Amino acid sequence: MTPLLHAARLDIAASLRARWFLFYALVFGGVVTLLFVFGVTESRVLGFVGLSRLLVTYIQLCVAILPVFILITTVRSVAGDRAAGVFEYMLALPVPLSAWYWGKMLGRFAVVFLPVFAAMAGAAAWGHYRHLGVPWDLFAVYTLLLMSLSWSFLGLGMLISTVARSPDVAQTGAFLIWLVMLLFLDLILLGLLIREQLPLEAVVGIALANPLQSFRTAAILLFDPQLVILGPASWVILDELGRTGYLVFALTWPLLLGTGCAWLGYRLFRRGDVL
Amino acid sequence: MIRFTDVSKTFRRNRVLDGVTLDLSKGDRIALVGSNGAGKTTLIRCLLGEYIHDGAIAVEGLSPREHRGQVLRRVGFVPQIPPPLEMPVGELVSFAANVCGSRPERMADVMAELGLDFSRIRRLPFIKLSGGMKQKALIGIALGRDSDILILDEPAANLDPDARHIFFHLLAERKGSGVMLITSHRLDEVAALVNRVIEMDMGRVVLDDRVADDADMTSRVACLVRLVRTDPAFARAAAEWCFHPDENGLVWSGRVNGPDRLRFMCMLSRYTGLIANLSMTAAEEDIPCASQGS
Repeated sequence: MTPLLHAARLDIAASLRARWFLFYALVFGGVVTLLFVFGVTESRVLGFVGLSRLLVTYIQLCVAILPVFILITTVRSVAGDRAAGVFEYMLALPVPLSAWYWGKMLGRFAVVFLPVFAAMAGAAAWGHYRHLGVPWDLFAVYTLLLMSLSWSFLGLGMLISTVARSPDVAQTGAFLIWLVMLLFLDLILLGLLIREQLPLEAVVGIALANPLQSFRTAAILLFDPQLVILGPASWVILDELGRTGYLVFALTWPLLLGTGCAWLGYRLFRRGDVL
Repeated sequence: MIRFTDVSKTFRRNRVLDGVTLDLSKGDRIALVGSNGAGKTTLIRCLLGEYIHDGAIAVEGLSPREHRGQVLRRVGFVPQIPPPLEMPVGELVSFAANVCGSRPERMADVMAELGLDFSRIRRLPFIKLSGGMKQKALIGIALGRDSDILILDEPAANLDPDARHIFFHLLAERKGSGVMLITSHRLDEVAALVNRVIEMDMGRVVLDDRVADDADMTSRVACLVRLVRTDPAFARAAAEWCFHPDENGLVWSGRVNGPDRLRFMCMLSRYTGLIANLSMTAAEEDIPCASQGS
């Protein structure tokens, strides 16, 4: 086994032992269970019914919960390990810094993505068992979108962990970034649009650079192909990219963003004091 | 084997290492001493490639920073404060053995020599072990692998007397096989193990002295200690060593037997902040001198 896989395995094992992981897994498992219990599968929205409806709701809830969970748990554990002196010892072992950093990220990706996927897969399996009709194409796209979203926030988390020198600063930074992204979903952009009279394309461009918004818009696009809910912004998105083009963008942009942030974090990690 | 060339390290505006230049050769067993904040741990972290720094460090020509894998494969390290690892001891040993190219059994054997039953603790979280058990586990990991550079930061601090004795015995077996760098506040404990003493203060090497085992048995050194101010506690300690002050009480002179030098320096280390200058030169006259201090 390579040092990268050793480091990933170590992080997975550490996460599985941690309370946050249990809570995290319970939240996503619980969300799906509650959606079943409250009969979301039976309701109809924009023509979606049954399991499709459940997946649509689940994905909307994910956008609210998943990023902040990933950010906070990642920065707390990485910056916390550094502050507690774990790095001093572990990085005195002959593990390449690249293997340590990327192994940690891969391990962390597995533990943040798998519970979300498992909850969704569990719902699909249950739907299949109950003959509810599983929308496998929707399931596949949602899986890819969730992977992309998880990766982007994981990359951000790794970058914040590298830059911040204490767990408290890292956690505050992570929370602020999440809050800014959340505000940019609607409130601030609307204000900008009205006050500065920015071109619509610029405002939409800023909005879609936010991985929360790109994910959210892609999720909406899957059940509202004309993006009626978005109003005039839909013209820009569909005219410029088209439906397939936008889905490709929504899948690749967060991946690129996450990888870019993680890479920058790695460069800083390598370049400065590792403790 | 290891060369520090004008190594400096600054944290914000605080200069922690200030132009450290040292050559450590194969066979050197070094006691790295100094008060808190002297720069010992920072120097070790630079050597481990964990800190960037000015100047250069080379381990047989390789920079620990740029050739981490090659350098650290040769380094066994025991930190002063055991890391708060949540993982079970077995997982830590397995990870360390894998990345170091050793076998967990070999590390477990060293632990057993120190009186630690690996099979009993392998499933316990490392953080739940007692201070002594943690230290034994870390020593087991450091010594249970091939390494010709041993860096031990206060390694015996938490060991019981029996384990300490065995630990020193294990280290003595490695004499001459590479470089051993031991930091300790209790210099007298490691005195028998080392053949060189490096004292640091305020980020500088203030003393780099060799302990030539054979010669030291009969040699004597004339010492001159210049203080920044008078101090009654120092005066009492120096008087026990038969040192005499000048008329101002600032310069103390006397002679120390070779074998007692380390204990003498151990006494001096308690007053590092007071010492402006220290000189130790071979005494020419064969006059009986102090071996007090006990």
